[in-house]
Amino acid sequence: MTVTNETMIALIPALPLAGFLVNGLAGRRLPRVASAVIGCAGPALAFLLSLLLFLASRTALTPLTNVLWSWMAAGNFTIDIAFRVDALTAVMLLVVTGVGSIIHVYSIEYMKKDPGFARYFAYLNLFMFSMLVLVLADNLVVLFVGWEGVGLCSYLLIGFWYEDLKNADAGKKAFIVNRVGDYGFLLGILFLLAIFGTVSFPEFESRAAEKSAALLAAPALLLFLGACGKSAQIPLHIWLPDAMAGPTPVSALIHAATMVTAGVYMMGRLWLVYRSVPWVCDLIAIVAACTALMAAITACAQTDIKKILAWSTISQLGFMFAGMASLQFQTGIFHVVTHAFFKALLFLGAGAVIHALHGEQDIRKMGGLWRDLKVIFVTVLVGAFALSGFPFTSGFFSKDAILTAVYEQFVQKEAMFWPLWVVLLGAALLTAFYSGRLIAVVFLGKPPETPEGHERVIHRPGWLILGPLVALAILALFGGFLQSGLDGFLQTMNWTGAEEPGHEAAHLLNAGISVVIFLVGFGSAMLIYGFRRDLVDKILAWDPARGLYQLAANKFYFDEVYRWTVVTWTKTAAAVLWFIVDRLLVDRLLVEGAGWIAYRSASALKRAHTGVISLAAGAMAAGVASLLGYLLFRFLINA
Amino acid sequence: MTKYLLLSAMLFSIGAVGVLSRRNLLVVLMSIELMLNGVNVALVAFARFHQNLDGHVFVMMVMGVAAAEVGVGLALLIALFRNRRTVDAGDLTTLKG
Repeated sequence: MTVTNETMIALIPALPLAGFLVNGLAGRRLPRVASAVIGCAGPALAFLLSLLLFLASRTALTPLTNVLWSWMAAGNFTIDIAFRVDALTAVMLLVVTGVGSIIHVYSIEYMKKDPGFARYFAYLNLFMFSMLVLVLADNLVVLFVGWEGVGLCSYLLIGFWYEDLKNADAGKKAFIVNRVGDYGFLLGILFLLAIFGTVSFPEFESRAAEKSAALLAAPALLLFLGACGKSAQIPLHIWLPDAMAGPTPVSALIHAATMVTAGVYMMGRLWLVYRSVPWVCDLIAIVAACTALMAAITACAQTDIKKILAWSTISQLGFMFAGMASLQFQTGIFHVVTHAFFKALLFLGAGAVIHALHGEQDIRKMGGLWRDLKVIFVTVLVGAFALSGFPFTSGFFSKDAILTAVYEQFVQKEAMFWPLWVVLLGAALLTAFYSGRLIAVVFLGKPPETPEGHERVIHRPGWLILGPLVALAILALFGGFLQSGLDGFLQTMNWTGAEEPGHEAAHLLNAGISVVIFLVGFGSAMLIYGFRRDLVDKILAWDPARGLYQLAANKFYFDEVYRWTVVTWTKTAAAVLWFIVDRLLVDRLLVEGAGWIAYRSASALKRAHTGVISLAAGAMAAGVASLLGYLLFRFLINA
Repeated sequence: MTKYLLLSAMLFSIGAVGVLSRRNLLVVLMSIELMLNGVNVALVAFARFHQNLDGHVFVMMVMGVAAAEVGVGLALLIALFRNRRTVDAGDLTTLKG
């Protein structure tokens, strides 16, 4: 039996779904080994199929599609459950299933002692299914199904340890903030539906050019609002740092490598819509650059190792959107790929450190770990190098590509937006700085003082944790060399026109600046936190620096602003609705009032019930007789 | 035709009076049978008058249903008697409000 491409397309999401069903329904009765094998088999097999599909679609001239069934049909408007694999989807499939499988394997050891082991793998597999539906979708509605599915799984996994109220609250926060974005996303879909009369991607692509820019601005903005929520851009970024309440592999998979890049993917998917509304792209670039800088500043002042990485993710997502908004979509997608490698690596490394220190997340209580955790140190160092753009690591290539794209778009073409480029350079500098700080504080220096007789006990990770780390480190180190192959492969998306003259010069300029930025940022962090820790206090003695530090440590007071503007008012309104409308009006007046009326009238009427059958029968006979009499009367009158 | 209908009306009325006035449930059930048969007579009469078989068929239907109804009714009556030692409708006033 030969397996056709169409079957493979359907099998890719079906395999994790099967894993979810088995682990979700029978997980309690399965031994842990079985849960783990089933949980990892789905994504791993999906990865193999994705690889086969990738090879197949490399030679295919047209995208591979598989229409499973017609979901809803009204007149000549139909929505099909249809999957499509073109170059962009093939790349995303490989990233999602590849990095996803690695993280699944890592989870086996990380979650080994957790009572919710099978539930964890069930959720993780459900997430894989939703994410695969998202990237495979052939139309916006199916994409939205995946979009909501990953949001649900994110909520379930953030609040995985729901016994602790804080974690459950973080899950709710993520869900509610995303609701705001998804509302915009849904409106955007409806706008596009109204404009095009269809929701299918190929039809958008063939007809986007004939629609006017003014018409497309509204859906483009609304869809970007959805992307703001899912991909944590200002002003809806506040949920992502709190999402770190979930297990660390979840942070790696959902909140770094895959789900949060859904917004970037969406822009790549609807690139023609965005390309036809330049001012929306300018706005997106501004939001993205501000997010990148703000999050990078915040990351410098955090002390929780996972929070640092979360803010770094927000900042890197800003970079991706900046690349997309510069209309060089392959740069953003390339950064999605490399970021998936190195940020998953950093999160898994951080998880290994937390695991080794029995749940300690405060970097000030770490230090000097390189002696005890050599493999983790080397792999995390690779991740940090890639994140901060050490020459010839994956992050260097992708960030350089984005900076070049931004330079060409906003310095050379739309010169009035040149500050965006500078802001992104600043964000890149700070990225190198906080990466250096992370390495220096966690792994270098001396271990913190422990009370007499309490030696620091370090739990050494096994090969199920180290293996995924090494695999991701190799990808993070050499992933950059995929660039030309990836660009060539993505040519079929028709994203790029002819290469601009002067591209090479801009490229070299940005690459040079990137190297300088890396050296300055990483070096100064190493110097300050590695050797001259006393300099920190000296710098913070200077008022402006301390002010900025306070601002960053408090995450720019976004949570507080929301608390005073949105949350308080919503809570007040909810209290009014609850007490006055619900308790008094509905409960007292309507519900209890209706009951009271029924009770009173019944107690008056109950005297009519004597319980004597012949009386009741007599009443019925009298009723029938009078009805017949009335009909006879009517008949006689008419006759 | 009129005679048949008169007979039918008489049978029905006797049955109705029986249902309304008698307190013994056994007699009430018998009276219901009487009412049904009164209707049957009318149905057959009309069927003959209109030269139409529908009425005959319907009478068969009514008789079948009546047989079933009597079966259920008698079973209920026996169960009632076992529980309450009475079949007098006047004593059964549990539904009094």
